[in-house]
Amino acid sequence: MKRKLIYLDNQATTPLAPEALEAMLPWLSGPEGMGFANPHSAHKAGRAAMAMVEVARDQIAGLLPPGGRVIFTSGATEAINQAILSVPCGRVACSAIEHSAVINAALAGAGEVYEMPVGSDGLVDPEAALAPGTDLVAVMQVNNEIGTIQPVARLAERAHQVGALFLCDAVQGAGKIASPEGADMIAISAHKLYGPKGIGALWVRDGVTIAPFIHGGAQEGGLRSGTLSPALCAGFGAAAALAKARMELDFQHLQGLAALGRSILSRWVLNGSETARWPGNLNLRIDGLDVVRMMSELRDVAFSAGSACGSGTGKPSHVLKAIGLDDFAAKGSIRLGIGRYTTRDDVEEACRQIDAAARSQGV
Amino acid sequence: MNAETLYLDHAATTPLLPEAHAAMEEGWRLWANPSSPHRSGRAARAAFEEARAGIKASLGWDGEVVFTSGASEALAIAFRNSKLPLVAVSSVEHEAVLRYAGDAARLPVGRDGLIHAADAAVSGLVAIQHANNETGVLQPLEDIVSKVRDAGGLLLADCAQTAGKIALPDADMIALSAHKFGGPVGVGALLVRDYAMLDPSGGQERGYRGGTENLPGVLAMAAALGAGSGWMPGAVRLRTRLEAAIRQYGGEIVAEHAPRIATIGAVRLAGVSAASQLIRLDAMGIAVSAGSACSSGSLKTSHVLDAMGIEGAGEVIRVSIGRETSEADVDKFIEAWQVIAGKA
Repeated sequence: MKRKLIYLDNQATTPLAPEALEAMLPWLSGPEGMGFANPHSAHKAGRAAMAMVEVARDQIAGLLPPGGRVIFTSGATEAINQAILSVPCGRVACSAIEHSAVINAALAGAGEVYEMPVGSDGLVDPEAALAPGTDLVAVMQVNNEIGTIQPVARLAERAHQVGALFLCDAVQGAGKIASPEGADMIAISAHKLYGPKGIGALWVRDGVTIAPFIHGGAQEGGLRSGTLSPALCAGFGAAAALAKARMELDFQHLQGLAALGRSILSRWVLNGSETARWPGNLNLRIDGLDVVRMMSELRDVAFSAGSACGSGTGKPSHVLKAIGLDDFAAKGSIRLGIGRYTTRDDVEEACRQIDAAARSQGV
Repeated sequence: MNAETLYLDHAATTPLLPEAHAAMEEGWRLWANPSSPHRSGRAARAAFEEARAGIKASLGWDGEVVFTSGASEALAIAFRNSKLPLVAVSSVEHEAVLRYAGDAARLPVGRDGLIHAADAAVSGLVAIQHANNETGVLQPLEDIVSKVRDAGGLLLADCAQTAGKIALPDADMIALSAHKFGGPVGVGALLVRDYAMLDPSGGQERGYRGGTENLPGVLAMAAALGAGSGWMPGAVRLRTRLEAAIRQYGGEIVAEHAPRIATIGAVRLAGVSAASQLIRLDAMGIAVSAGSACSSGSLKTSHVLDAMGIEGAGEVIRVSIGRETSEADVDKFIEAWQVIAGKA
């Protein structure tokens, strides 16, 4: 019999909250109901679906700053691409530890991309000079690999001082900590906050003009074409409402589990800032570890060495490199992603196994 | 919401099949990120790739499959990343194609809604839909594709209304959407005969589509295709019954004699505006549409009917039938339509 898998990879994706699933089911009906209707249809069933979509939109807006609108997308990658490719961006500044969605979209869309350096604490220096003529500054709220919380409010201020717009990838922070202040555009994804895969949103501050990225039937006020999925919207909305209601509770839960994990893995070194961090992420290293070997040995613990999208590439993490780790140190680093549904037993058992596996490698 | 509604708007979206629902539940159970290397990620990846293989088998497609959030995104990827520039589209394409058409040639259609295959003999990317979403007219893609290829071009076919219902056409790229054939909303695919036709843009799907894979959506899409299209001959019979009655009571069928997919019919009732027909049918518990769902609410006349030179375009409604539509449903619609036509 397969042994239970302990899931410590909540930055890659999170399980669907039962509340979110429940909210989705009425909109996944077969012909016995009318929940399947196209929300853009003018008939009664279509109007009912659209009414629910708008409720979900409000629930999601509850996780975001006031004074903006929520545009549904297929996920954060699309939201980020739309944000970057739709504003005039000759020159884009992004931090050295941005997600590849930001870096690749900027490289594809901007005339010039330059990197904002990051300290060994994994934080972007908000006072670093921005090149004149910068059109867009993109810095994430919480880093997906090392969990550091960036000084986004100050970075947004600095961007505005040089006349640039500020884009915040809030995928790892949305629903978990307060929304980023001062951003002009924010990208979020449902499946990172216990909602379904296949949906995300781009939040745009009132007064900021963006262009469509996917053209077609002109849904979402002409800004994002494609039939909206009522089920995905409902699940996303319910997950957002739940995350908002539980934010403090979830945060305390994660803090407790992170402390427990650190105490068991006390001989491991934390990558990135000790204080400016979100407790759902523990990125730890130990000299001489072969993380690939450890991952293949620990078949009952799901954790990662960097991001899910970067896995399999064999390339060392650009984030760990940016905070000054050499390949040797990066190869000895693991990412433990703790979530709402992780238990104390999970953390205890997994950390014991991890430490024992390291010792068996002689480190 | 009441289950008494008679839904004849299956071209806008169609109910989720129970098989697809069950597969989606399986996807929620395997909720890990398919790109994660750990055991749960690998299990998700295995299911994802099995679904891809199943979809290819169901569709009879042996090229590549790039999963997307739907047909609009599939088309967007094709246009944005095609190595060949878009040089021609039919004038009756969906907006998801037309908005990318820029100064590409608009190939005219006749009153039958069909383009002339010879017009498509251009070198570059040519986008021609399989079935029109408002009239159901099927373009002669077998002729078109050979003309396009002889001229050194590639054919992109928007198959949103035909995939999972009738055999896919021979084309170099195909866009499709799961929720038009009993899968969930929010997932679709771009089929590409050869990746070499596209420039990669980074991310998942071998660098042709970034974003975490929608495993529940893809599993459900595979299951919906697996359910087959055995109901289509029944749809042909229902369409014949419906249209015979429409004609009998003074209505007209747009592109009556053109090859059309059985699921979509455009019906004109001279002298009664489409808006008024829709409101009255809605009040009688019947859901149909005037043109596409995406354009509903706008007061523009249909660009499709305009391109065909149909007079009275503002008096045309779209009736679209699906897998679950019964003869009794069709008869109920005919009865209601007769009332509106003043023939009851």
